[in-house]
Amino acid sequence: MTDTLAKTVFGRLSWESLPFHEPILLGTFIVVVLLGLGVVGAVTRFGLWGYLWKEWFTSVDHKKIGIMYIILGIIMLLRGFADALMMRLQQAIAFGSNPGYLPPSHYDQIFTAHGTIMIFFVAIPLVVGLINFVMPLQIGARDVAFPFLNNLSFWLTVSGAVLTMISLFVGEFARTGWLSYAPLAELAYSPDTGVDYYLWSLQIAGVGTTLSAINMVATIVKMRAPGMTMMKMPVFTWTALCSNVLAIAIFPALTAAFFLLMLDRYVGTHFFTNELGGAPMMYWNMVWIWGHPEVYVLILPAFGIYSEITSTFTGKRLFGYNSMVYATVVITILSYLVWLHHFFTMGAGPSVNSFFGIATMVIAIPTGAKVFNWLFTMYKGDIRYDVPMMWVVAFMITFVVGGMTGVLLAIPPADFVLHNSLFLVAHFHNTIIGGVVFGLFAGMVYWFPKAFGFKLDPWWGKVGFWGWVIGYWLAWTPIYIVGLMGNTRRVNHFDDPSIQPYFIVALIGAVVILIGVLGFVMSIVMGFVKRKQLADTTGDPWNGRTLEWSTSSPPPAYNFAVTPVVHDLDAWHDMKTRGYRRPASGFKPIHMPKNTAAGIILAGLATVLGFAMIWYIWWLAALAFAGLLVTAIGHTFNFKRDYYIPQDEVARTEAKRPLPLGAGA
Amino acid sequence: MTQHVTIAREEPVIWHLAEEEHPASPTGLGFWIYLMSDALIFASLFAMFGVVSTAFAGGPGPRQIFDLPLVALNTAFLLASSITFGQAIPHMEAGRVGPTRFWLAITGLLGAAFVGVELYEFSHMIAEGAGPDRSAFLSSFFALVGTHGAHVTVGLIWIATLLIQLGSQGLSEAMKRRVMCLSMFWHFLDIIWIGVFTFVYLYGVIR
Amino acid sequence: MLPMLLGGCDMVVMNPTGDIAMQQRNLILLSLGLMLLIIIPVIALTVAFAWKYRRGNPNKDYDPEFHHSTTLELVIWACPLAIITILGAVTWASTHQLDPFRPLERIAPGKPIPAGTKPLNVQVVAMDWKWLFIYPDLGVATVNELALPVDVPVRFSITSTDQFNTFSAPTLAGMIYAMPTMRSELNAVLNKTGDSWGYSGNYTGAGYSDMRFKLRGVTKAGFDSWIAEAKAKGTPLSTETYVALTKPTTKAPVVRYSSVQPGLFDRIVNACAEPGKPCMIDVMRRDMLAGKMHMGERPATCDDKDGKLAPKAAPKAAKAEPAAARDPRISATDTLLLPGAVRAERA
Repeated sequence: MTDTLAKTVFGRLSWESLPFHEPILLGTFIVVVLLGLGVVGAVTRFGLWGYLWKEWFTSVDHKKIGIMYIILGIIMLLRGFADALMMRLQQAIAFGSNPGYLPPSHYDQIFTAHGTIMIFFVAIPLVVGLINFVMPLQIGARDVAFPFLNNLSFWLTVSGAVLTMISLFVGEFARTGWLSYAPLAELAYSPDTGVDYYLWSLQIAGVGTTLSAINMVATIVKMRAPGMTMMKMPVFTWTALCSNVLAIAIFPALTAAFFLLMLDRYVGTHFFTNELGGAPMMYWNMVWIWGHPEVYVLILPAFGIYSEITSTFTGKRLFGYNSMVYATVVITILSYLVWLHHFFTMGAGPSVNSFFGIATMVIAIPTGAKVFNWLFTMYKGDIRYDVPMMWVVAFMITFVVGGMTGVLLAIPPADFVLHNSLFLVAHFHNTIIGGVVFGLFAGMVYWFPKAFGFKLDPWWGKVGFWGWVIGYWLAWTPIYIVGLMGNTRRVNHFDDPSIQPYFIVALIGAVVILIGVLGFVMSIVMGFVKRKQLADTTGDPWNGRTLEWSTSSPPPAYNFAVTPVVHDLDAWHDMKTRGYRRPASGFKPIHMPKNTAAGIILAGLATVLGFAMIWYIWWLAALAFAGLLVTAIGHTFNFKRDYYIPQDEVARTEAKRPLPLGAGA
Repeated sequence: MTQHVTIAREEPVIWHLAEEEHPASPTGLGFWIYLMSDALIFASLFAMFGVVSTAFAGGPGPRQIFDLPLVALNTAFLLASSITFGQAIPHMEAGRVGPTRFWLAITGLLGAAFVGVELYEFSHMIAEGAGPDRSAFLSSFFALVGTHGAHVTVGLIWIATLLIQLGSQGLSEAMKRRVMCLSMFWHFLDIIWIGVFTFVYLYGVIR
Repeated sequence: MLPMLLGGCDMVVMNPTGDIAMQQRNLILLSLGLMLLIIIPVIALTVAFAWKYRRGNPNKDYDPEFHHSTTLELVIWACPLAIITILGAVTWASTHQLDPFRPLERIAPGKPIPAGTKPLNVQVVAMDWKWLFIYPDLGVATVNELALPVDVPVRFSITSTDQFNTFSAPTLAGMIYAMPTMRSELNAVLNKTGDSWGYSGNYTGAGYSDMRFKLRGVTKAGFDSWIAEAKAKGTPLSTETYVALTKPTTKAPVVRYSSVQPGLFDRIVNACAEPGKPCMIDVMRRDMLAGKMHMGERPATCDDKDGKLAPKAAPKAAKAEPAAARDPRISATDTLLLPGAVRAERA
């Protein structure tokens, strides 16, 4: 009787679900709780709840949402990186009779969580955050097309991240690898809550990402400043457009794959099971139709960042802008046609394999052209080595090696030896760290003064830079080599002692990367401490070339007091050289969207819904679902969604900006 | 920057607009892009259905379980509802609230009939032992048709909401936009259903 | 990078003992060489430009207007295009040449297969978490140990009981997926005696890390005595033994079986090696019939008691008949099951 009651009330949640028997988890749990209490205490102590709620959580300002995305990405980076260190330590010591310190059940969760978090809750939020913050400023817009949707997208992403973090302490995360391949992820082989945590958190976050992508595309298409034709759009905006178009094209496949896997696990259907006609291979196809383009969703904006930075710090217009745009578009289209190269070894015919192999290689052509474009932008330039430009050079050298090993893996017979080996793991870390992560750091350093009005501390920034670059090469060169020794991925224990030194070097590399991570965090802390010295009063600290540098740092809520008119690709550079003076009077009231709590409430309910479904707490799931429905419908009855910033307030804000008006000219 | 050489233009350059620019509302475009992404979800479900459409696993196949006359009737309901929605649009554009609400309500009734018949069909199949857990074929049938049905249900909730809001708001710009979006959504579901009817029901039976 | 890669003597991928793996290695080296033709200049130019055009350098020519050059842009598209065109041709040729389903044409460079040589058949079954190797023509089987005579072409038939594994033997010929209810194939040959390791390349759960097998290259005489030893000292692989073997275990020790039931592999592919389970091939045959039936009719497998369809395929199909007893025109392994189906038809 009490058992049935407990099952009805708590589903499959019980005291055993909490990690009292796992000392590592318990320790982490206590630290996290203490830290969390510390933060909550500090916020309460300084009376910041009202401020946070009014100015940030309910804000529809694209700049604030962008910053919150980036904060989420950095927090999750710390989690994902802790996972990476634990894996490196395990692989460095687990040889011969030493089983290491992590049992398979724990190790398998860690590599799954590492991959899932790094892609979905680090790379995506950082990319989306930068696009959110920068792109509307670059195109001279006052906000994105759908400001409320933007807020909702962000909180849905947070909701997914929260569910993933809960799995650390309540129940467990998936032990199925970052794509949770069927049939392993089916109920028959993974009956625990892990895969359910995985599915619900990614499904909720995925809805957020899709909505955000729709929003960004509509913004770029509809809200560019007058005069900014497609071929006068800054390269970062172009890459943001392509990246988001691609995201819209691929996320539905992932949503569908996860939806069907959920049905298999909850309803007992047979999509990807081994029995009654199920086709597990179909799951692989669907997740990779998403998965391969996804890396381009991430790296295209990074390419955009490199382009902006190269152009700014060489003091030159980007070499071959048209090439760059066409290359971006070609990559966008081709990336959709290559997914099968993730399973050449599943027995497709040689002609099919050749097609997908060659299609994959063809992507190297526009990518190669891009590298040359950056190279010839540097040529005859006047290069200033501030931290962002250092990242660009490190990227160019590191990334071409990753591109090379990528083309190697695209040759099917070579892939027959290298597939699922540590060589493959080294390859994609080479492109993702050397391409995406370096780009994101470059972008964060570059646009930080725009967001906060002061630069990051350059000395610590360089520590972070060298930590990442040296650490990357130390950590991944040995992994390339052990891959060539025939070692496969996701292994928690080795027999052959002769490869241990390689893993020890890799561990040292990971520790050096840790210095890089801490260096970046310190550059923020020290930047804040020295914010007076590092302040940017002009709004244009790097002598930039695009419109975001034409407004103040940080920009006012309305971004631009007057709508700029664009005449040239490097619009701001054009304005500066032709002696533009910004107006000091004649402002009009500005029409702006109002803040709303609907986004955070909906996402909160989605979190509850996910948690209840994961633990089979059906009454709570029904309640949360009803709540979602009522809140969503209720929100449509809110017709007062905008307000005007009065004329004199605009004039007061603008008057505070320091002269000269057209700084840098 | 001093080395930069520019050819000075004769006429003064306009650097900013005096008035705030009011670009056309992006809602139509945004909603259309959303529909395209939704279409890709359906494409994935169709692909899944295509892969396992003959995997009966010893269970019943299309000819045993599909009641074509019933499905044809249901198709008629949905197609008719698209026509009735079409009737509402000219009234909406002309700002006539009453007839707009009337045609929307008729559309809603037809949609509700569609969902009702579909639920009857499902319950009948499950009672016969041809539920979604019987075979991969049935799994994908229920997932595809059920997802479409769920969309229609969302459409019904949306119609109900709009009927109320039209009462209180009339046909403001915002309300017109909403009716237009719903219209796109409803016709989109119609197109999807034509695919379902053709490839799932008809093709399943004649093959 | 390259000298480092070539330096280690333990790099089995770079120093394999099988002809197929050797060709794959040569392909890797060729493609790396081709790509380095462009990668090395790019890295060198990056460093050179980064140094030369730094702000502090007085000996540089700064030209902010240099942002377009049609010739240069043609060159920077043409260079990668040329390399990729060559690589694409190499890919097309080598993918067909090294297709794992393609029967071997040689034992080693310049060594054709002697006339009348029949390939050695080895059937590979991936289980949780061990490998079962069946030598159907010799009537023996092993767990986690694969002995191969050198210079004899081997034809592997590969499947799995429930998970997606890859049968990965880096010294021999790389890897290919082992998938439940599907049969994949690998043709390869070992050219040198000696022991090495084989792995599963695709993660399948808790025991995955230790799912390794010893790959033993032996002389022909050594192979014969190895077979004789297995026959003499092993136990038979009965149905009960097989069913017990399918239960998940980790770090399974090497076991040798003196005899195997004929057709066991085909029944594993058809998911009917365990008594009482219907064979996929029979279910699919009935499905094809059922697809042609009309409303109200019931396919043969339906159980009409209390008016409901049977939740699982009915017992009629459940007879685990040996493959040989089945209609020979419908082979369980070749004509109907993907990916074998497509391949068999094309061949």
